[in-house]
Amino acid sequence: MAEVVEIKEENRVYGKSPLITDNVMHYCPGCSHGTVHKLIAEVIDEMGITDRTVGISPVGCAVFAYNYIDIDWIEAAHGRACAVASAVKRLHPAHMVFTYQGDGDLSAIGTAETIHAAARGENIVAIYINNAIYGMTGGQMAPTTLLGMKTATTPYGRDPRLNGYPYKIADMMVHLDGTAYITRQSVHTPANVRKCKRAIRKAFDTAMAGKGFSLVEVVATCNSGWKMSPVAANRWLEENMLPYYPLGDIKCNE
Amino acid sequence: MAQQQEVKLMKGNEVIAHAAIRFGCDAYFGYPITPQSEVMETLMELKPWETTGMVVLQAESEISSINMVYGAAATGKRVMTSSSSPGISLMAEGISYIAGAELPCLIVNCQRGGPGLGTIQPSQGDYFQACKGGGHGDYHLIVLAPYSVQEMHDFVELGFELAFKYRNPAMILADGAIGQMMEKVVLAPQQSRMSEEEIASRYGSWATYGKPADRARNVVTSLEMQPEMMERNNLRMGAKYRLIEENEVRYEAIGCDDADYVLVAFGSSARICSATVEMARAEGLRVGLLRPITLYPFPMQPIAELAKRVKGFLSVELNAGQMVEDVRLAVNGVAPVAHYGRQGGMIYTPDEVLTALKQKLIKA
Repeated sequence: MAEVVEIKEENRVYGKSPLITDNVMHYCPGCSHGTVHKLIAEVIDEMGITDRTVGISPVGCAVFAYNYIDIDWIEAAHGRACAVASAVKRLHPAHMVFTYQGDGDLSAIGTAETIHAAARGENIVAIYINNAIYGMTGGQMAPTTLLGMKTATTPYGRDPRLNGYPYKIADMMVHLDGTAYITRQSVHTPANVRKCKRAIRKAFDTAMAGKGFSLVEVVATCNSGWKMSPVAANRWLEENMLPYYPLGDIKCNE
Repeated sequence: MAQQQEVKLMKGNEVIAHAAIRFGCDAYFGYPITPQSEVMETLMELKPWETTGMVVLQAESEISSINMVYGAAATGKRVMTSSSSPGISLMAEGISYIAGAELPCLIVNCQRGGPGLGTIQPSQGDYFQACKGGGHGDYHLIVLAPYSVQEMHDFVELGFELAFKYRNPAMILADGAIGQMMEKVVLAPQQSRMSEEEIASRYGSWATYGKPADRARNVVTSLEMQPEMMERNNLRMGAKYRLIEENEVRYEAIGCDDADYVLVAFGSSARICSATVEMARAEGLRVGLLRPITLYPFPMQPIAELAKRVKGFLSVELNAGQMVEDVRLAVNGVAPVAHYGRQGGMIYTPDEVLTALKQKLIKA
């Protein structure tokens, strides 16, 4: 029989971030949002900047991010988060201002707001959850939906002649002079979670140092929308998403 | 000793910029569009970020500028934007969100003719848009209608005052004529912007400037998924609008005391109609002018009172007949109500208005 070790403060190696609230998350089991929320909360707490951090939540599944991370939040109209964040940062230059957006929000309806905030070199961070689907509205095609992928609005698979091609906004943003740090991460394995947290921290540090715009894309699963078990979704992400959306830093201005 | 008054000759649009700085505005976000581009041009020339610290930013679209207003207003700042009709249409979504999240801000619409791209010439075709919604959902803007360059100046202060009093967006509904014309204006002395401490003490219950350890997090949102709670939010806003209707009606009555006929007109149209009143009276016709200063809340009661004793109302507007619907609601069938308007950037002369009054009401 294994030895039972009493959990005490001195032998505790892991705990819930004090910035994660006790609210029950509405996300589906297996969803990546909860993990990314946790990483953001940990980074804000470790940086000690709760009193000068403002988060901008999107329209989409993460609209309720404000229920889970215990900081001041502004809930933006669909796609407009980077415009909202730009204004908050301009008026509070010493604050940490970040947006949390899905692929539909940031790279479909909000493309103009995103690109222009980046082009202006706003000292903000956009956390960009790319799960190749519209989760909240019930699994429709996103700008990032892979070719051949079945969704509620591409029931026979995404056909470029009918539905156009997916695109990589992160790769496009590399060419903007206002961007400082562009990275693509995932949270589908513990190792990737740790890398993703380092990337978020780097992006937050970049914004606080006034170096320009940062984008942290997180290639994520939507097992409900993909109609898979969480385990199968993680495997599908590795086999299908990562070849098209390869992980790693894409631009890093020192 | 009283400070010497600062009197200048300025365009209406330029005055908006000067007044914004002087009344302690924290930020302006905008996008160029004729006939109001002088607002941002003047701000950029005045460089208030070097004096008061006011932020001025040219956005990539009106959609973006109104959402910048939303974000900045959420942090308790005094923020504004300005545009003209097609740009205001683009802002409609954001304005609805600002009203839904109950944030204060000031929006200036220097109206031009529509629909569509229409014309860059003056119009009052956005009355419905300003007073009856514009964006989706049940909400109202507080709408101020300036009829002089001086009022362009004064209503920046009044607009912010009312916006913060009710936590509701306010709009200055001007037009291309008021925006472009030059007049004498008495400029207010420079006021300081509100400090972060003052914002925290006044608006700490809702503003999202970063959560201090001693208060719960603030969330600015218009979203409420529970129908019972959403209805409660709607009813709370409705109660606020009733309060605004009770307390904030502003209007000017010129020669209405003995009037047989009353012209109802706002903005540049009221300016023209005030000359019509003089002309009519010189002919022995007892004509008055009721000029709504607030279009929402609309001066229902004063018009209803006048309706009991006058022979008719002529709603004179640079549009196809919009405010006339509110005049009819106020009159409620008690007296005849007619509309006279011109469109497309065409503007009536005072004697054209008098002719219309004679044709539509006096000889009828």
